[in-house]
Amino acid sequence: MPVVERPAGAQAPAGRAHRSRGTRASAVRPGARGGRRQVSARTQRAVAAWLLATPFFALFLVFYAAPMLASFVMGFTDLRSTDLRHPLAVNLVGIDNYRRLASDETFRKAVVNTVLFVPVTLALTMVLALAVAVALHKGVERFRTLFRVGYYLPYVTAIVAVSVVWRVMYQHDSGVINRVLGFIGIDGPNWLESTTWSLPAIVIMTAWRGMGYQMVLFLAGLQAIPEGLYEAAEVDGASRWQRFRHVTLPMLRPTVLLGAVLGTIGLVQWFEEPFVMTRGGPLNSTLSVSMFTYNQFGFGNYSYAAAASYTIFAAMVALTAVQFRLLRSNT
Amino acid sequence: MTTATTYAPAAAGRRARRARRARRGRQWWIYALLLVGLVLAVAPFVWMVLGSVKPDAEVRQVPPTWWPENPTLDNYRELFQRLNFPRFFANSVIVATAVTLGNVVFCTMIGYALAKLSFPGRRTLFALVLAMLMIPTVATFVPLFVLVSNFGLANTFGGLILPFLAQPLGVFIMRQFIVGLPDELIDAARVDGAGELRILARVVAPLCGPPIATLAVITFFAQWNNFLWPLVVAQSEDKYTLPVALALYSIGQNNARFGLLMAGAVVIVIPILIIFAFLQRYVVQGIAVTGLKD
Repeated sequence: MPVVERPAGAQAPAGRAHRSRGTRASAVRPGARGGRRQVSARTQRAVAAWLLATPFFALFLVFYAAPMLASFVMGFTDLRSTDLRHPLAVNLVGIDNYRRLASDETFRKAVVNTVLFVPVTLALTMVLALAVAVALHKGVERFRTLFRVGYYLPYVTAIVAVSVVWRVMYQHDSGVINRVLGFIGIDGPNWLESTTWSLPAIVIMTAWRGMGYQMVLFLAGLQAIPEGLYEAAEVDGASRWQRFRHVTLPMLRPTVLLGAVLGTIGLVQWFEEPFVMTRGGPLNSTLSVSMFTYNQFGFGNYSYAAAASYTIFAAMVALTAVQFRLLRSNT
Repeated sequence: MTTATTYAPAAAGRRARRARRARRGRQWWIYALLLVGLVLAVAPFVWMVLGSVKPDAEVRQVPPTWWPENPTLDNYRELFQRLNFPRFFANSVIVATAVTLGNVVFCTMIGYALAKLSFPGRRTLFALVLAMLMIPTVATFVPLFVLVSNFGLANTFGGLILPFLAQPLGVFIMRQFIVGLPDELIDAARVDGAGELRILARVVAPLCGPPIATLAVITFFAQWNNFLWPLVVAQSEDKYTLPVALALYSIGQNNARFGLLMAGAVVIVIPILIIFAFLQRYVVQGIAVTGLKD
């Protein structure tokens, strides 16, 4: 990293042994144009700050902000893959793409699938995670790290790899899941080839994978609850369940909000699972909006895909706003 | 765990002992349930490894076998000798390492600026960084592809690496940590005539071991597992990363070769699990930190 030495005049000369009082007041010779030297130091710091921020900021502008804006604009054009070399020479077509999306049965199915998938998976994941977190936090005293690491394991692995493995596990005849179900007398369905069971199959797998992440969030949240609250409740005669309902849950509100927001952002973009396991089928019963977007991109309908992808973004923002409203702490 | 205080010492002793016994009894159940849950969490991975050493005929057997009857390394041999897996592995390593290094440098720089330097636009910049968290890859990949293609970066390492060199979570982690560093250290360095970059390099960065470790691990994992963008950018097989390769095999002509696919999954998963086993502390801590408000 390049080292920039400030010219000697701008700060206390090396010979002086000054201790600065606070960040703003670098040692300034009293009476000798002190005002100008102070401003200069502050400005130098501001310049340094922007220099430090520039690489990140430049990358942000080029690879995040610009594409976001472009995606928005693209949705109102008729850009196709044939226009790749001349992306700016396309026609504006107003809300044509969005009108097409609204009447596109495949897109509507994708939206319905996503609207079903996200809250169900999120709820299932968070309930399981909370149960495990509470058990680890209050219930056991040893092996906590082992359990924490073990439950978190699924989350560090690639969704693609997980989807491949679960696809093999979900096989109707040769799959482990139906074999185990058979042990307890249940005749397992043909999970991935049934229009009713394919989406639940993905929900289960995704909850299994995401639970570890939510669990860690809950553990952190639980640790932040002061013991005194529980003691007070116990003195007042509250049972364990009452303590959970009236102390733990309210104090966990910020954690639930954070987990819900982060979880929604991840889930609403679900792509690998249908891509690898079911190709969106059977009969589009597991088609996600992301996969629809990707397919359109593959067909060369870039502007159509951009419009579809923007609906995901809009939905995400709306959902986040709603969650903030509902789960915002009253404290 | 506390018990309600009482005033009669003898009764308190009896009550405490009874409570302890009840707690230990309850704990036994909780341990058992947690263990069952742990088995469920880990079982698919065990299944994956076992399946990867079974010949195809056995993987498709009805009813399925648990322990391999005819273990074989043929699946791995095929991946690494006939199919292009060494190339895919190398690509994944290159991309993940480059993105990680870039993020460590850039996020520390801007993290320091946001944490310890006051400058016009600081709050807006931080708000922008947080807003970045909300930008889904799926909403940007189409124009990003157009952009990257026109810069000649389609199907190149540049195209795979550059879009991810700025990660908002990384900035968040570094800033939260650096904010907690004592101002006196930095002021002392300033008094000694050090410029901000030198302060960052010599004073702040050496103290940032833990958040940098967290940032590095989280970023490496995210890049190793990344799928949508590498799928879009890579046009020829020599630029595939591991997840892309495995996904395309699983939907292509090898889609029924379950043993082969499991072996591919093992190659993607096991390196991460090994790193995780050694560095899990940083990963878990990092997640927990994002939950704490400042």
